[in-house]
Amino acid sequence: MGWYGRVRALVMKEFLALLRSKASRTVLIVPPLVQLIVFSFAATFNLQHVPVVIYDQDQGGASRELIARFAGSRYFSIEKMLASSQHIARMISDKEALLAIRIGPRFSQDLALHRSARVAVLVDGRNSNTALVALGDVNAVIQSFDNRWAATHGWHAAPAVLVERAWFNPDLRSRWFIVPGIVGLLTLVVALLVTGLSVAREREAGTFDQLLVTPLAPWEILVGKAFPGFLIGTLEATLIILVAVFGFGVPFVGSIWALYLGLLLFLLAAIGVGLAISSASATQQQGLLGVFLFMVPAVILSGFATPIANMPRAVQYLTYLNPLRYFLIILRGVFLEGDGIAILWTQYVPLIFIGLVTMTIATFLFRHRLT
Amino acid sequence: MNGERLLALMRKEMLQIVRDPSSIAIAFVMPLFLLLLFGYGVSLDARHVPIALVASHPTPQTSAFFAGFQGSPYFNPRLYPDMPLARRALMGRDVDGIVWLRADFSRGTLQGAAAPVSVIVNGVNANNARIIEGYVQGVWASWLATQAQRRGSPLILPVDVRSRVWFNPALRSHDYLVPGLIAVIMTLIGALLTALVVAREWERGTMEALMASPATMAEILVGKLIPYFLLGMGGMGITLVLAMGLFSVPLVGSFWVLVLCSALFLMTALGMGLLISTIAKNQFVAGMIALVATYLPAFILSGFIFDIHSMPWPIRAVTHLIAARYFVSILQTLFLAGDVWPVIARNSGALVLIAAFFLALVARISRKRLD
Amino acid sequence: MAAGAPLLEVHDVRKTFRAAKEVITAVSDVSFTVPAGAITGLLGPDGAGKTTLMRLCAGLLLPDSGRVVALGFDSRQAAYRIQQSVGYMPQRFGLYEDLTVQENLDLFADLNGVARALRPARYADLLRLTGLGPFGKRLARDLSGGMKQKLGLACTLVRPPRLLVLDEPTVGVDPISRRELWAIVSDLVSGSGTGILVSTAYLDEAERCQNVLLVHRGKVLDQGPPGDFRARMAGRSFFATGAGASGRAIQASLAGHGEFVDAVVQRDGVRVVLRPDAPMPVLPGIAFTPVPPRFEDAFVERLREAAPGPAGAMASMVPAQGGPQDGSPEVMIEVHDLRRLFGSFEAVRGISFRVHRGQIFGLLGANGAGKTTTFRMLCGLLPPSSGTLTVAGVDVRSAAAAARARMGYMSQKFSLYGDLSVAQNLAFFSAAYGLRGARRAQRLRWAAEVFELDPFWDINTTELALGFKQRLALACALIHEPRILFLDEPTSGVDPLARREFWGRINALAEQGVTIMVTTHFMEEAEYCDELVLMSLGSILAAGPPAQIRARAKTEAMPDPTMDDAFIALIAAHEAQTRRAS
Repeated sequence: MGWYGRVRALVMKEFLALLRSKASRTVLIVPPLVQLIVFSFAATFNLQHVPVVIYDQDQGGASRELIARFAGSRYFSIEKMLASSQHIARMISDKEALLAIRIGPRFSQDLALHRSARVAVLVDGRNSNTALVALGDVNAVIQSFDNRWAATHGWHAAPAVLVERAWFNPDLRSRWFIVPGIVGLLTLVVALLVTGLSVAREREAGTFDQLLVTPLAPWEILVGKAFPGFLIGTLEATLIILVAVFGFGVPFVGSIWALYLGLLLFLLAAIGVGLAISSASATQQQGLLGVFLFMVPAVILSGFATPIANMPRAVQYLTYLNPLRYFLIILRGVFLEGDGIAILWTQYVPLIFIGLVTMTIATFLFRHRLT
Repeated sequence: MNGERLLALMRKEMLQIVRDPSSIAIAFVMPLFLLLLFGYGVSLDARHVPIALVASHPTPQTSAFFAGFQGSPYFNPRLYPDMPLARRALMGRDVDGIVWLRADFSRGTLQGAAAPVSVIVNGVNANNARIIEGYVQGVWASWLATQAQRRGSPLILPVDVRSRVWFNPALRSHDYLVPGLIAVIMTLIGALLTALVVAREWERGTMEALMASPATMAEILVGKLIPYFLLGMGGMGITLVLAMGLFSVPLVGSFWVLVLCSALFLMTALGMGLLISTIAKNQFVAGMIALVATYLPAFILSGFIFDIHSMPWPIRAVTHLIAARYFVSILQTLFLAGDVWPVIARNSGALVLIAAFFLALVARISRKRLD
Repeated sequence: MAAGAPLLEVHDVRKTFRAAKEVITAVSDVSFTVPAGAITGLLGPDGAGKTTLMRLCAGLLLPDSGRVVALGFDSRQAAYRIQQSVGYMPQRFGLYEDLTVQENLDLFADLNGVARALRPARYADLLRLTGLGPFGKRLARDLSGGMKQKLGLACTLVRPPRLLVLDEPTVGVDPISRRELWAIVSDLVSGSGTGILVSTAYLDEAERCQNVLLVHRGKVLDQGPPGDFRARMAGRSFFATGAGASGRAIQASLAGHGEFVDAVVQRDGVRVVLRPDAPMPVLPGIAFTPVPPRFEDAFVERLREAAPGPAGAMASMVPAQGGPQDGSPEVMIEVHDLRRLFGSFEAVRGISFRVHRGQIFGLLGANGAGKTTTFRMLCGLLPPSSGTLTVAGVDVRSAAAAARARMGYMSQKFSLYGDLSVAQNLAFFSAAYGLRGARRAQRLRWAAEVFELDPFWDINTTELALGFKQRLALACALIHEPRILFLDEPTSGVDPLARREFWGRINALAEQGVTIMVTTHFMEEAEYCDELVLMSLGSILAAGPPAQIRARAKTEAMPDPTMDDAFIALIAAHEAQTRRAS
C-alpha cells in the first residue's frame, strides 16, 4: 500500500499548486463561466431582427397585408419604407439592410384577377449562411400569406403540400444544438488549462527532477497529475451543464449515467492529450504552442459549428482522432435525443483508446524526454 | 527617436526571429495549416445528405416524386419499406431525415386534393436541419412544376417570389468563410507572436539590460512592433494567396485596399499582444490570457460564423470591442462586394481607434523603470 | 562636475516595496560615494538590499526619499541621462541567447551610439581582454556560464563608461573565469580611471576593492578599506592543527567553545577567529598558530554581531537514528567507465571512481567540464550511454526506484514548490518517500526544529530568503534519512554565514555515516571534502584528498598553493594540452 500514500500526497500537492494562488484560481473558474454565457447567447444561427427595406410600388390592400406580416415577424425589423428603387443597391452594399423586398406595381390587381403577383427579394450574400436562412424566413412568411390568401379567396390547392416536422428540436432552435457543444468546448479548455502546462512548468522550475529522484513510479506521477484534472473537469462540467439546462432551458432527455460516463472518458482522453503535450515540452512556451496547435483544429474538426458530414472525406477521417468529436455526439445525443449507454458505446470505445495511448506516451516521456 | 538605435533593435529582433523556429512556425506554418484545415474543414453546405424515403403504398406516382431526390447532388437517398425501420435509422443517425408518402398520396394527387407529404428531420443540428428542409422544398417545388406541366394547366400560387442573391449568387459558404477565416487566423498569429515577446525579455533578464542602455522605451517598443508587423504581413500574404489560389475565392475589391486594411488590423492584433505581454511580464500568465482572449472570441463574436444582428444587445455591445468583427466585415465586403467605401471607412475607422487605444495603453504603462 | 568629485553620490536613500498588503523596506538611510579610479565593493548577506541599491544607482529605480546623483545627474530629474551614461551590468545579464557573440556586441554598440570608426579597435580590445576572440560567431546560448558573464561585461563596456555598476558579476562562475573577470575590471580602473561599484558574494574578492560597504538588512553596517577591516581583527586569527586529526574532527571538537567567532576547515586544520578579549582556550592535542587576518573574519564578526543566531549551527544537529553501524555496504557509489554522448559530443568520457560510506565526496570542475551531466546520471535523471553505475549496492539502471529510496537530492535551484507553504512542501516530500503515521509526524517535527523552520511554517516558499530556501531544500532532501545525499552546487549565491551553517550540518551528517556527494564552485568548500575529483572537458584530471590535489600544483613559485591556485593551475595545464593535441 506504499503507492497509495505517495499518490495521495501528489494529488494533494497538485491541488494546492493549482488552487492556492489567486491568479490561477481565477483563470480556472471565471473565463469558462463567462464564456459559456456570452457564447451561448452569441452562438446562434437563428436570425432575429434582420434589417429589411421594403419598396412598395403597389400601395394596395393586399400589399399592406403582406407588409404587415413582415412587420409582425420577429425575424425581421423593417428599417425603412422606400419611395423609389434608387437607394436599394446602396443600402444593401453599405450593410444598412440585409434584405430588400420590392412589391410589384400590380400586386393587388394581379391577386384580384387570380394571377400570380410578383414580389422581388434582394439579399446580401456576403454571409451565405445568413442569406440562406434569411431567404428561408422570407419564404416562410410568404407561404403563410399564400395559404391564408388561397383559403380566403377560393384558389386551387396544390396537389401536395409539405408537412415538416423536426424531431428532437421542433422549433429548430440552434441554441439547443450549440449550447451542448459549448459544454464540450469549455470542458476541453479546462482540461487543457489544468494539465497542458503542468509538467512543463515543473520542468522549468526544476521540481520535476526533484520528483523523479523520489521513489514515485512514472505511473504514480501520471495518476497524481491526472486526478486533479478529472475532479476539476467534472465539477466545472457539472456546473456548466446545470447552467445549460436551467439557465438556457436546453432539454435534457437522456440518461445522466450515459452523460457522466462520456464525460469521464472524454476527460481521460483530453487529460491524456494535455499531459502528453506538457511532458513533451521543455518550456512553457512550447507547451502553450502545443496546446494551441491541438485545440484550434480540435474545435474546427469536432462538428461544433459545422457538420462533419460536410467535410471532405480525408478530413472526415482526421476527425476520428479528435476526442471532442465523440464527446459532442454524446452530449447532443444525451441532451436532445435521449440516448443511453447502449446506443453510445461506439463513442465510448474510441475515447478510451485515445486516452490510453496519450497517457502511455505521457508516462514514457516523463523520463525519456530528449534533452 | 534615434534611427540607429531603432535599426539595431529591429535587427536584433529579426535575428531572433530567424534563429527561433517557433516564431517562423507561428507566422508561416500555422496560417498554412489553419487555412487548409479551416478551408476544407469548415463548410456549412450540406452535400449527400443521407435521407430515408418511405412510401406506404408504392405506385408510379410515388416513384415519380422520389425521382427528384435520386437525381439531386444534395441527397443520398435510401428507400425504406416502412416507417418503423426509417424511424430507427433516424434514431441511429444513419439518416438525417425522412420523407414519407402516406398510403393515400397517389389517390390525393390524382384527385387534385392537397396530399400531405411528411418531412421529418433530425433537428439536433438546427442549422443543418433548416438547410435540409430547404433542399426538400426545392425538390417538392420542381415536382409540382412538372406535375402541372404534364396536366397542361400551369400551377398558380398567389405570390410569385423572385429572389436574387447579390455578391454570392451561388451561396457558396466557402466564399464567405474563407475571408472570415483570415481574420481569425491573423488574430491568433498577431497575438501569439507578440504576447510572449515582451514577457520573454522580462523573464530572461534582457529587459533590464535594455533599460540600462540609452535606448528609450518608445524605441524598444517600436523596435519590436515593426519586425513582427512585417512577419505578420508575410503570414497574411500567404493566407491571402492561398485563399485566392486554393479556394478560388474571388477578390472583387481592390488589392491595395485589402493590404491597407490588413495592415490596420494587424496593428490591432499586435497591439493587443504587446499589451498582454507588458501587463503579464511572465510567459505563463501571458500565454493563459492569450489563450482565453483571442481564439474563441474571434471565432464566435466576430460575425464570422454567427450573425451579429441576431445576438441580444448586451452581447452585441461586447462584439464592438472585438477588432476581428470590423475586419471580418471589411474582408467579406472586399472579397465579395467590392470597394464599398462607406463600409470600409466605417470599419477601418474602428480599427484605427482600437489600434491607437492598445498602443497608447502599452506606451503608457511601459516605463523605463523596474518598480 | 568638478574634477576629483565622486562619480556617484548616494544620500540618505530609502526605498520600500509593496508586497501583498505589507510594505517592505529594502533600503534605508544609505549614504556613500564612489570615486573615480577605484573599486567600491558592496557586500552583505542575501536579501540585504544589494540589488535594490545597484538598481537605484543605475537609475532603474527611484528612491522614496534621499538622492542618487550619478555623473552629476540626479536620478529623480534625469534618470534617462543616467541610463545613457552609466555602465550597468545586471545580476543576470540579459544576453540575447539566439544572437552570436559578435551580434550581441554590435547590438549594444549601436544602442550606445559607439561611432563605427572606433569599433574595430574597441572590439579588438574587448575580445582580447575577455578571451572571446575565437568565439565571435558562436551563439551566446552555447557559451559556458563564465564566458556568458565575460560577454555581458564586454557588452556593458562597448562604450567605455566613466562609472560602472556591476551586480554580482562572478556568481556561479568557476575560479578561472572569476580571475579573468577581475583582471578586466582591474585593468579598467588602472588604465582609464573608471569608477566601479561592484557587489559580490565571494569575500576574497573584497580584498581587491579599495573601499568596502557592508550592507545588512537594507542598512550600511560598516564601510572602509578592506585593510581597516583586517586591522581590527589583528591578533585574533589562528590556524588550529592537531597531530593526525582531520580538519573536520578538529572543527567538531572546537564546536562547543564560545570563545570563537568563527571556525572554518582549511587544508589540514581549522582557521579560527577568537572573540575580542577572549582568552585562548587550552585544548589537548590542538596547536594554534597565529595567521594574518582576512577581510572575511571581520565580515563574519560584524554580521554575527548584527544578527546574533544560535552559537554554533552544528551543535543543533540531532543525531539521526541508526547511525553508521547499519548494514549498508562500504562502497556506496561505484562508477566504472561511465560515458555520456549528446549527439556526437561526448560530455563525459569514460570516468571511474568510488565513494565510501560516510565520505564527503567533491566533484569539481570548470563550467562545462561535465560535472552536471555526471551528477544527473548518478541521480538516475539521465541514462548513461555506457558504463556501470552502482549506488548503495544497486545498479541505478535496473533498480532505479530501490536506489532512489536511499538517496536524497538537492539541486542548485533549490527546487521547491513555490505556491506551497513550507509545511506543505515537507509534507509532500515525506509522503513521496513513503513516510507514514507517527514516523512521518516525528520527521516533520525534526525538520521544523533542526532547521528552525517554525517561524515560516505556513509561508509560501517563493517568499523565503535564499538562505532559508536552501535550508528547506536540505530538509526535504533529508526527510527520509537517506544513506546518500547528492548536493548540486548547494551554496550557489548563498551568503557566507548561511554557507558556514550549511556545512556544519553536512559535516554532522557525514559523522553519522551518511555519504555525501557534492559539486561546488567555492574552492574553500572543497577543503571540507574527504575526496575530490577534478573534472575537465569530460574526463577526470585529478582525484584524491584535498591535500594531495594541492600538492600536485606545488611549484617553485607557488610553494603552498591554495585549492583555488591548484584548480586553476591543473585545469589550465590540461586544457592547453588538450588543445595542442587536437
